[in-house]
Amino acid sequence: MSDDIYREIILDHYRNPRNKGKLENADVTVHDSNPLCGDEIDIHLKVDGGVIRDVKFEGKGCAISQASASMLTELVMGKDLDVIKDLKKEDILENIGLTNLGPARIKCALLSLKVLKVGMVKYYSENDPKSAEQIKNESSLY
Amino acid sequence: MQRSVVNSYELRNDFPILKKKINGKELVYLDNASTTQKPYSVINSITDFYSNYNSNIHRAVYQLAEEATTLYEQSREKIANFISVRPEEIVFTRNTTESINLIAHSWARTNLKKDDGIAISELEHHSNIVPWQILSQEIGTRLEYVGIDENGFLDLEHLIELISSKKVKLVSLSHMSNVLGTIVPIERIIKIAHENDIPVMVDGAQSVPHMPVNVKNMDCDFLVFSAHKMLGPTGVGVLYAKKEFLEKMRPFMGGGDMIKEVFKFHTNYNEVPYKFEAGTPNIADVVGFGAAIDYLKKIGMENIRKHEIDLTEYALDSILSINHLTVYGPRDPNYRGGVISFNIADIHPHDLATIMNDHGIAIRSGHHCAQVLMQRLDVPATSRASFYIYNTKEEIDKFVNAIKEAGRIFKI
Ligand SMILES: Cc1ncc(COP(=O)(O)O)c(C=O)c1O
Repeated sequence: MSDDIYREIILDHYRNPRNKGKLENADVTVHDSNPLCGDEIDIHLKVDGGVIRDVKFEGKGCAISQASASMLTELVMGKDLDVIKDLKKEDILENIGLTNLGPARIKCALLSLKVLKVGMVKYYSENDPKSAEQIKNESSLY
Repeated sequence: MQRSVVNSYELRNDFPILKKKINGKELVYLDNASTTQKPYSVINSITDFYSNYNSNIHRAVYQLAEEATTLYEQSREKIANFISVRPEEIVFTRNTTESINLIAHSWARTNLKKDDGIAISELEHHSNIVPWQILSQEIGTRLEYVGIDENGFLDLEHLIELISSKKVKLVSLSHMSNVLGTIVPIERIIKIAHENDIPVMVDGAQSVPHMPVNVKNMDCDFLVFSAHKMLGPTGVGVLYAKKEFLEKMRPFMGGGDMIKEVFKFHTNYNEVPYKFEAGTPNIADVVGFGAAIDYLKKIGMENIRKHEIDLTEYALDSILSINHLTVYGPRDPNYRGGVISFNIADIHPHDLATIMNDHGIAIRSGHHCAQVLMQRLDVPATSRASFYIYNTKEEIDKFVNAIKEAGRIFKI
């Protein structure tokens, strides 16, 4: 149970988050919080030529939400926006190795993906409204 | 081990839910400040009402309706008796929150004016903050916060200054904090406020269920609390107000039951308390609340308070010995209720609650609807364990062991 959740790797990302901080000249910055827990995540993206050139996050909250955000930044760094557009809940839960969380804690794990998707919508809505609509419609996170 | 005044081991048999298993373990329910469990007598009284008495009240002359009306009004009498007031001073609402909103709407809106101050404290639940903020936006009243010291006690000097300088025209305070457990010296505050002709509203959501509260001695002008936090059903709250206040207050909602005569363009309102109970009320649950009051009276509120002091002392002694653990609020169990808020090292309260759940232990984690207090304590969240009559020292041992287990999992 909890031993399977709070594995070494989760605690490591919680205590030593990767890509944490602000990003100067970010193209997109998005913030969201989980009203139940008060978990908070900000994601900053630098995008160029359809590729995420840099990503950083800021946040506070439980080990699951913060480790998940840290691992998400590693996952998307240098990736094509098209690939990220298709990221699903399941991909994230697999990425962090937590596939049997209860409904309350799943929200913690997925907060950073939700913020990232909002960021993508924000980015696309300026130059590619169709993709923005598509992410909105496909994403059950909204 | 000294025998407690309340035999919680025996009492537990009255609560069917306490037999439930969570993750194969016996449920250890430590979220009583949020809501309490219900004994058979309460559950059965609701079933009995729907099986044998169900009908609308105050409206029909047939026997069933008379019986239902009698049961509903008997509950009102029981509750009035429980806090030593008159039945016509008891208004049924949905919960504490609705009761405070009723006061803001029906009393404060007409009796306060622009720039009048309303004194509340940093301890308040959102339900004793937000209605006053809304009022302030609408009519220009001002909120005056009374601070707390590092032990969670009110800054009485500041409060007295606010009162005697007539800066505030209403004092609205939680009697017992739902986060720190702090018991506020409310009788002293009321006496000083009244010397200055300032009315006092008491949020008794945490005090009325856990200690003797006698309005005749306390002399507050308003007292509010919720049935579901004292063994009763959800959906029933109480507003007590002195009769002379109720009589002068505007109605809260308009409709059936709250009227005496309705004409095309005006209405004569019913007498108190009916003027404030528009529409069909939550009859069955009010009856259930009466059964909860009977149950509490049988145990005795003095005994319940003693039992909780005993448990709180035991729990504080145990958890304060855990490394890297911080407890918020007063240390002396005589000045606090059975509510313990804490944090341990860098374990977030939600992670702690998840680990507790493995052991069948239900504790609360988060801001407890008291974000102003969280800001004052400078923490995003706390874990909170809160006790009631059916909790035992064995359960506290399990709780303490689970905290230590969390420390092991988080490698601290
Ligand atoms: C001190 C205090 N005031 C008010 C409330 C609100 O009670 P309710 O949710 O029943 O309206 C609570 C309960 O959470 C409380 O602890």
